[in-house]
Order: sequence, then C-alpha cells, then structure tokens
Amino acid sequence: MSETNGESSGSRVATLTKKDFTSDQEPRWCPGCGDYAILAAVQGFMPELGVEPHNTVFVSGIGCSGRFTYYMDTYGFHGIHGRAPALATGVAVANPELNVWVVTGDGDALSIGGNHLIHALRRNVNIKILMFNNQIYGLTKGQYSPTSEEGKVTKSTPFGSVDHPFNPVAVALGAEGTFVARTVDNDRKHLTDTLRQAAEHPGAAFIEIYQNCNVFNDGAFDLLRDKAQGVHNQIRLADGEPIVFDEGTRCVRVGENGRLEIAPVEASDPASIVTHDAHGRPSLAFALAHLSHGPTEPTCIGVFHEEERPTYGEAVRAQLDRAVERLGLGDLGALLHGGDTWTVG
Amino acid sequence: MSKTIEERDHVVVRFAGDSGDGMQLTGDRFTNATAILGNDLATLPDFPAEIRAPAGTVHGVSAFQIQFASTDITTPGDHADVLIAMNPAALKADLDKVARGGTIIVNEDSFMQRNLDKAGYDSDPTTDGSLDAYQVYRVPMTSITVRAVESLGVGKKEAERAKNMFALGLVSWMYGRPVDVTLHWLEQKFGGKPEIYEANLAAFNAGYNFGETTELFAHQVHVDAAPAAPGTYRNVAGAQALAWGLIAAARRSGLPLFYASYPITPASELLHELSKHKNFGLLTIQAEDEIAAANIALGAAFTGQLAVTGTSGPGIDLKSETIGLAVITELPMIVVDVMRAGPSTGMPTKNEQADLLPAMFGRHGESPIPIVSAASPADCFEVAMEAARVAVRYRTPVFLLSDSFLQSSSEPWLLPDVDDLPSFEPNFASANGEFLPYARDDRLARPWAIPGTPGLEHRIGGLEREDVTGDISYDPENHERMTELRRRKVEGIADELPELGVDDPTGDAEVLVLGWGSTAGTIRAAAGRIRASGTAVATAHLRWLNPLPVNTGDVVTRYRKVLIPELNSGHLALLIRGRYLVDARSFSKVQGLPIWADDLEDAIRRLIDE
Repeated sequence: MSETNGESSGSRVATLTKKDFTSDQEPRWCPGCGDYAILAAVQGFMPELGVEPHNTVFVSGIGCSGRFTYYMDTYGFHGIHGRAPALATGVAVANPELNVWVVTGDGDALSIGGNHLIHALRRNVNIKILMFNNQIYGLTKGQYSPTSEEGKVTKSTPFGSVDHPFNPVAVALGAEGTFVARTVDNDRKHLTDTLRQAAEHPGAAFIEIYQNCNVFNDGAFDLLRDKAQGVHNQIRLADGEPIVFDEGTRCVRVGENGRLEIAPVEASDPASIVTHDAHGRPSLAFALAHLSHGPTEPTCIGVFHEEERPTYGEAVRAQLDRAVERLGLGDLGALLHGGDTWTVG
Repeated sequence: MSKTIEERDHVVVRFAGDSGDGMQLTGDRFTNATAILGNDLATLPDFPAEIRAPAGTVHGVSAFQIQFASTDITTPGDHADVLIAMNPAALKADLDKVARGGTIIVNEDSFMQRNLDKAGYDSDPTTDGSLDAYQVYRVPMTSITVRAVESLGVGKKEAERAKNMFALGLVSWMYGRPVDVTLHWLEQKFGGKPEIYEANLAAFNAGYNFGETTELFAHQVHVDAAPAAPGTYRNVAGAQALAWGLIAAARRSGLPLFYASYPITPASELLHELSKHKNFGLLTIQAEDEIAAANIALGAAFTGQLAVTGTSGPGIDLKSETIGLAVITELPMIVVDVMRAGPSTGMPTKNEQADLLPAMFGRHGESPIPIVSAASPADCFEVAMEAARVAVRYRTPVFLLSDSFLQSSSEPWLLPDVDDLPSFEPNFASANGEFLPYARDDRLARPWAIPGTPGLEHRIGGLEREDVTGDISYDPENHERMTELRRRKVEGIADELPELGVDDPTGDAEVLVLGWGSTAGTIRAAAGRIRASGTAVATAHLRWLNPLPVNTGDVVTRYRKVLIPELNSGHLALLIRGRYLVDARSFSKVQGLPIWADDLEDAIRRLIDE
C-alpha cells in the first residue's frame, strides 16, 4: 500500500512520461472539443502518479467521452451506455492493486447510468470517476441532457426543455460520495491539481469537469471558462481558506437561518465569511453545491468534500479473510460430504 | 397390537398446509430419513408466491411432494398416494393432485366452520361424502399435540406449532422411516432451546405412537432400498449442486470465483448458497440491479476471474445488452438462468422452460452464445463445471439454463471423488512479441490478457473490432468476417462435445422422444412404462442446446417420428425443425407444472400408433 494512492497504486516507476500513456490511435473528437484538453491533462498527469500503464485501467461508457479509453495506452474497457461504474467495480474488486479510472459524461452517468453512479459512490469502490459535463448529448447530435438548463432548445426540445436539471456535485454528495470535486476543462493547472487529489484519495472519487461542446452547446460555461469572466465568477475552494472570490471583493457568508449567500466582502462581518472545510460533515459541501443554480452564476470549483471510509474492495477482501478464520480454508471434499450421507456397499 | 406390512415398490407422499405450518421443513426431514434408508427419491417443493398469504386461504397453501421407490425413479410423481392436509385450504388446493382411491389424512382440528369458510367450502368435505372416492383419515393432530406437550410448560402457541412434527411422526411410522435420523436433527436444531426441543420431540413421538397404537391404520407400508451403484451418497437440491459445481470449477482451474447477482425468485437461492462459502475465497456481490450484476461480472471476467452472474425471468431481459458486450469482447462469463414462468413477472415461483429461444436469439445483432442445460438436481454440478470449462476455453459467455423445479427439487447424489474432477487451465496471455488482442488459437479463442500483465495493455469494447488487431473497425468485409468467426467459434465447441446418445434398448423403435433440461426425468419415466409394456420407443437428451452435438441431425432423421416434450410452446422443436427439416412434433405444456408421465406416455403411444 502506498502513502499517496491508497490501495490502487500498483507498482511505481520514476521514469514514466506522457508518451507511455498515449496510444497510437488518433483522437477523433470535433476540432475545438474540450475533451482534447482533458485528454492532454490526464496523459500529462499519469506519469506523475508513478503507476505503470499495465496496472492502470480506463473504463468508459457511451457518448463522446466513451472514446477516451482508446487514446490511453493502458488497459481499457469501452462498455455499454451508463454501465462503466459497474464494469469498473468488477475490475477494481477483482484486483485491488489496479489503478482504475472511469470516464463518463452527463448523459452516461446521470441519465441512463444514474443508478450505477450512485451505488459505486455509496459503496466507496476505489475508482476515480471523471464526468465530462457539457450539458448536452453530443454523440447523438444535440439533444438536451439531464444537466441542461430548463428551457433548453434542442432538436428534441424545439419548444424548450421542461426538465429540471441535476446538480451533479449535489447528487454525488447525496450518494455518500467520499471525494467530490468540480473543475474546468481549460484550466490545466486546476484540472491537474484536482486529478492529483482524486488519485490520492483512497476510495471513490467523483470529479465533475465542465467541458465545452463547441458544436452543440458552445459557450455554456463561458462565465467560468472565459478568462475575463472567470476571474469574477469562479469561486475557488481551498481547504482551510476563507471563501473569497472576484479578486477579493466578494465572499460566501452565512446568511439568514444559516443559509449560505454571496455578498460583498466590505459589507460582511468577517466572522460570517465561510472558511472552506472539505473534511467535515458534507452539509457545508452540499450548501456550496447549491450556491448557484448552474454555471450561469458565480459557481464553486475545487474539492467540495473528502472523507475517509474503508473502500469496498478492502471490505470485501477483509470479509473473505474473516470467513477463512471462522470456517477454515474451504475444502471441497468436506463441502460435498457435509450433511447426512449414506454409503452403499 | 401387531400390524401387517404391505410391500410397495414406490410411493408418492404430499404434505400440504398453510405457509406457516412448516410443510417444507416436514418434507425435508421426511426426505432425509428416506434417503438414508436407501430408497431412490425425487422431491418437489410447491410454495405460494406470497411470503405469507392470509392464513387459511387457498393462496397460502404450501406443499412438498416426494416420490420414493425401490427402483430407479426420475420424477416426484404425477399424483400423490397419500396427502397430508393440515387444513381445509390445503385439501381444497391439492385434492386434484391425489390419485383416485388415494389416502387423505386431515388434521381434524382445523376443519372448523371458520377455516371451511376461508377455504371456500360450503360444507365439511370430510363428512359430506364428497371424498368417497378416497380413503380419508381424520386425525385431531393439533389437540393430540397440545396434550402431548402440556406437561412441558410451553405456551399454547408453541405447542400448536409443533403439529407438523406430529404429522412427520405419523407418516414416518406409516412408511417405516428411521426415527433416529429425525431425533438427531431435532437435537441439533433445538438443542439450545430445551423447551422447544422437548415439545417437538414429544409431538414427533406422539405422531409415531399414534400410528402404531391406534386402530385407525391397519398396516404399515414397506418400500425396499433401491439398487444403487456403490459409493457415498447424499441428498442434494439443484441450487446446492450448481453452487458447488461452480466452486469445484474454480478449484480445478485455479481461477477465483466471482458471483454478481441481484435478488430475484428463484435464482436468489444460488446467491444464498454461494454466499455461505466465502471461506473458499469466492466473492459474491449483491449488485444494485440486474444490469449492474452482469457488468460487475464482466469487469471481473476482464480481470481474470471465473465470473458468473445469475438470474431468473425478467433479469435475463435486463442482462441481454451486457451479454452482447461479452459476446463481442469474447470474455469468459457464465450466465445462469433459473427459468420461471413468464412473460414479464409471470408466475415467479412456477416452472417453465421458455427461455431457450431468448437465450439463443434474445440479443440484437448476430450474437451467438453456447447454451447448456441441466437434466436433474444433481446434474447441475457437472453442468456448472462444463459451462465454466467451455467459457474459459473458448473465451465466450455461456448460458446455463436451470429452472425453478431443478433449483428446489432434490435427489440422491453419488458423490464424486474430488481428485477425479476434470481440471482446466485459464492460459492467460503473457507478453511475447507484438500483442494482438484478436488473434485466435485453433479453437478460434482470442487471448485472455488481464490487467496487471506488463506489455499487454490493450483496449476492448462494444464497437466492432478489426480481425487480429482488435482496433475499432467499420470495414464491411471485416464485420462479416468477425460475425462468421464468432459463429464458427461457438459451432466448433461441438467438436469437443460427446455425441448425442440414444437410448433405444431394442434397436427397433420408430419413435424418438427428444428432450432437454428438467423434463428428462418425465421422459425416462414415460418411456420406461411404454417399454415395460413391450413397445419400443427411443429417447435422447440434449445437454448442449447450442451448439447441438454433431450427430443430432443423423439421430433425428433416423426415426420415423420425433416427439419433443417441453415446458414451453415448442422452442427446441422449432430449432430442430428449422435446422434439420424434420417433422418433429412438439408436446407442449405451460401451466407452471411438470409434464405428467401419464400424459406423456399417452402422447407417445398415440404417435407410435399413427
């Protein structure tokens, strides 16, 4: 077991480079897609983890994000729509030494695969889930997704969507996730920092990545991705730091009846300004997740919540050991001959 | 007083009562005593779908039927020689399952107006003459039991609950079952609760003594032990045998067993049985749903485990897409389908064989998959091992068809020598030059390259692969070639399967009865009766439904007529007719009940006479 990556670290090698994680397949996303930036960040970050490609597994579902596995020169399983967390559970439990990553999208993870996502999180399976949220179905050419805003006009909703969207971070927290974070595709440093923290977390990690689909939903995250606007609207969470943003002018403070609100710093009692605490009970994280209704308002990015809990793989293995302690190592002959037998001469 | 003893070669006993009356337990104990006596036997539990239907109603009747004999028998019997009815509802529900002229023993105490009303009787059938065709014994089981235990200081409720042990004692006397087996069991079961133990013991003894001392029963029945091959035997139910077969396959291949499932009737029994044996290093996972169970198993298969997912009825529909993924990724995985009556929720506790065509064709696209089925409860052991061997050797998902009858029914099993069980090698791939994930061996199986192996990093998935390299491919010719390769791989399994054996003792039969799965016992019983009357008939049993044994076409075209009895609307018949262009007839039954040997015998005779 390693000090930085829990049970999944596998063997460590110092000399790995990005090239070791880059397959010979040419990426085939639309030019300008946010997925390229995420792929580059992940390939660039992997050597830092020190886990060899053969001890690394990428599992994906269906959607533009599903192609991700083909571009990583690791073991990869491109599964069926929505089921990547379940496939990855099988992989991670079968061999706890592996470093297992799930790549999924908002439709894959939150619509058709919602059940598997929440159960993987509650079980704390040692998998790292990267959910590319572009708030649209891209591969099927532009239908609204479970994270699209109300009123969204798409091919399947010419009169506007009437569905209320999911707040993915709140869903993950509600599913008892032990590591829940959000980052942005075009901020290489923040993205890499978030990946690093997820990799170091022993257990299930959920990272929502705001990802621009420049073909079917261009500009959905401009308020946060665009440099000029992002400066004013990204609320960067740093553990142990007061939550202040917009060049130090605005803050998150405790308002009426304990609810969180955004206010100017100069109009706020310093004692009311919230200090981020990712490791406490998830109620603060949940409140921060609900600070905005979506990426059209100032929105938190960073690690919302992290807690330590035994991983599913550890718990399952420990139970096998206890069964052997209690019953002795299984003996097939004894099993078959147990109970009432009789002998014919 | 001394009683006479009547010799019989076979007897069918049926215990029926309210769900809360402990009839399954009673039947189970009677079965054990019978097995130890050396009779051949077959059992059929028959319980309601509801956990606890309203007490005293026909819906709440739970029954257990056993046939035991001094000869080889293959079914739990068409009709009961003796019915033990603990209440009016049990009599009402099961009267049509009693042979004409058979014996009915009722718990007289429960035939009060209120219970008669609940069962829907206008008058008491035990006194109004409606049972004149049967031999009826009215035994006040509850009140004798209460009297027998009253000195022990247990509550009235506990005392009344012991009446099933009275019934067991009485029937044990009637058939001369050994008492010590049951007494030993009572001691083990209730040893920690002396009062309950004493009460059940007193009730059992009261029942046994009642038979011996009263003048109600004129004689005892004796059934000789059946001739059996030398060796050690035990009684085994299909769910146990299947679970143990999977454990044995894991042991004999060195692969860790990994079972992922979701609770569903009746397949849950397999999950329960496997979960008891974690000291064998086997993992059982109760997934969040059927789809997850299949995917967790497939992820484990990718990672080098002996991966199994099991389900029944609707669960198979849900797993279909994942089974298709296992087909295209060519990974070994066993899909256990404990068939039950459908469609949809259907009749969850009732039996049917109607998943053969779904197993064969129930996925989109060209998606061939090997299918193996079990013939009897004990056969599940061998079939599980065989399914595992084929899955691993050919890198393919395998359908293992069991059914709700096999699952809960039991029979004596000659225990195999563990060291003689077949073994097989996983043959994981290792780095050796350029790695080609879709290169094939002479069985057309691709390499099983598991994560963690240096130098074999590769990507698989649901998209069509290029032959040999495994890269994604939309090439038209490649897709046709891959479709053909997947089909040929499954068909090639037949080269290593035994030929279809035909049982045609006189060699001059004109009619062949061809079956698969749990109807095997009925087919043997019906054919046996026909042969005993001097008429020839041939039988054959298909263990593998896909691929079919190489000589199947020869066999079915060799006979003037072919009859295929199935608990469905003719699935195998359709396959045989379509494949071999023979006029195979279907004998179909979809009532959730077994095919009765009587009915099948009639059908075969009619066909012979045609």
